[in-house]
Amino acid sequence: MRLVCPAGSPPALQAAIDHGADAVYVGFRDQTNARAFPGLNFTEDDLRRGITYAHARGRHVYVALNTYPSPSGLGAWEAAVDRAAGLGVDALICADMGVLDYAMRRHPDLPRHLSVQGSATTHAALRYYRERFGIARAVLPRVLSLQQVERLCEQAVVPIEVFAFGSLCIMVEGRCQLSSYVTGASPNRHGVCSPAKCVRWIEEADGVRSVTLNGRLIDRFEPDEPAGYPTVCKGRYDVRGEVFHALEEPTSLNTLELLPRLQAAGVVALKVEGRQRGQAYVASVTRVWREALDRLARNPQGWQPDPAWQRELARHAEGRQTTLGPYHRSWH
Amino acid sequence: MRLTLGPLQYFWPRETVYAFYREAAQWPLDVIYLGETVCSKRRELRTRDWIELAHELADTGREVVLSSLALLEAESELSALRRLVENGRLRVEANDMSAVQLLRERGLPFVGGPALNVYNHATLRLLQEDGLQRLVLGVEHGRAAIEEWRAHAAPLPELEVAGWGRLPLAYSARCFTARALDLAKDDCGFRCIEHPDGLPLTSRDGTPFLTVNGISVQTAGACDLGPELDELRAAGVDLVRLYPQREGMADIVARFRHALDQAGTLPRHGEENGYWRGTAGMLQVNAP
Repeated sequence: MRLVCPAGSPPALQAAIDHGADAVYVGFRDQTNARAFPGLNFTEDDLRRGITYAHARGRHVYVALNTYPSPSGLGAWEAAVDRAAGLGVDALICADMGVLDYAMRRHPDLPRHLSVQGSATTHAALRYYRERFGIARAVLPRVLSLQQVERLCEQAVVPIEVFAFGSLCIMVEGRCQLSSYVTGASPNRHGVCSPAKCVRWIEEADGVRSVTLNGRLIDRFEPDEPAGYPTVCKGRYDVRGEVFHALEEPTSLNTLELLPRLQAAGVVALKVEGRQRGQAYVASVTRVWREALDRLARNPQGWQPDPAWQRELARHAEGRQTTLGPYHRSWH
Repeated sequence: MRLTLGPLQYFWPRETVYAFYREAAQWPLDVIYLGETVCSKRRELRTRDWIELAHELADTGREVVLSSLALLEAESELSALRRLVENGRLRVEANDMSAVQLLRERGLPFVGGPALNVYNHATLRLLQEDGLQRLVLGVEHGRAAIEEWRAHAAPLPELEVAGWGRLPLAYSARCFTARALDLAKDDCGFRCIEHPDGLPLTSRDGTPFLTVNGISVQTAGACDLGPELDELRAAGVDLVRLYPQREGMADIVARFRHALDQAGTLPRHGEENGYWRGTAGMLQVNAP
């Protein structure tokens, strides 16, 4: 299994390579990717240097062009496809059919991966993207149970990549309009979820902090309560007279203990989420997963997750909590 | 513009569903969409029941479309989808790419549902090659998107826009109704049936915010484009969709029918839809 790690900046890319990523995925500094955050991502020069660094060490660089352009925006996405191809990236990660089609026609030899934002959850959907756009790999949405992932691998329409670690989208990627509905900033269209410019923290006299997103109250925190970033899905709301995390509590996905099963299933690549995270996160998470994968390769039968790995990963988890998420039935 | 009844998004008892569609058959609608789009565990009507009901409604001479599930995960759901696609008579509204593939493999023309990601003319053209004849706009799209498509794509398929009802905003592997009732999804007791218009979710300051509906999340109130019908006409929208709700549906259909027949508009009964104006969906641009 290849380890695919995130980089939102050149130092993060270098950290991922240095700590054992087989491939690093990055985005350009615009709306063509699903982490279009201020100060994040790569200029053309950054990417050129990053590719040189990776290729010199036998690693790969993928470029995510995984948002959905409007008709007038399509040209910019096509130009980004050409730019990535010209720089010699190893694969494109795309969701929009128009972008995939363009990439296939213009750069047939450049591998195309279906982004998680493409929302393909069945072998029929995977067949569509395989037949229509010749995708070489598909990243599965974080909605399937482990048995469902195993079955999709068995059916072998296309090699499968799954999310291994990082922030957890509770909704099917590519089909969540919660941020768009509240702020107008859309993960699909703008590569942005709950943008910081819409967030307001209000401290009340008693020390209680309220947080709003575009004026809508997402949560309130007691003075000693840890407060996470206010995405709509991780707020606390009132349903049937009870206030709780009605959609999802702030936790991170961590599939480390599933590693042997993912390998046995035939998953070809594991993705670490977090292009918005810093170099330290990338270095530490990459190092743990590299070690876990290497130890699995050496001793597939006797492999056990090391408690030190789990402690290290928990440090980086949202709300300091991790979950097997949808891979595990009881989570649903 | 023609008037359509969108698929039932909620879980109602079997007899309630049949009674609803017996009534709907009498309403002045041009098209009826039906089928389970949210959760495959909702089996008061099984796939074959939906198909049979659809065929009966089609016998009255009306256009009937079978709507597919938005999020497929299990093999059994694909089998149900296959039965829908192979119903032998009626078009299917494809709500995910599995449906598009099964329809395309059989060379069957179809309606693209609102849960497909269609954001530009290139995608639209590819889907038209696959057999798409009509597109129900995704919730994020409004007037400007239609105008932009029109400028880039020729010819456009028929365009349908949701004119009334709670809009589906997100889908998940998790069931939020089960979560609210502190039940495991695999042991949910089919409790959605107790909430015929979903479960209201409010902010901690008491503001109505969203609606929890099984594995989907919707807007709190019904979005209402009745006052904007003139703009829909001007944008070249072909069909206006009304989503079923438990009470008052006959009146809603009658009001929209009247406005369409008179080429007029309606006073606002529901929520404004910011998406139509190209802003955040929840923003009430014209609010006093």
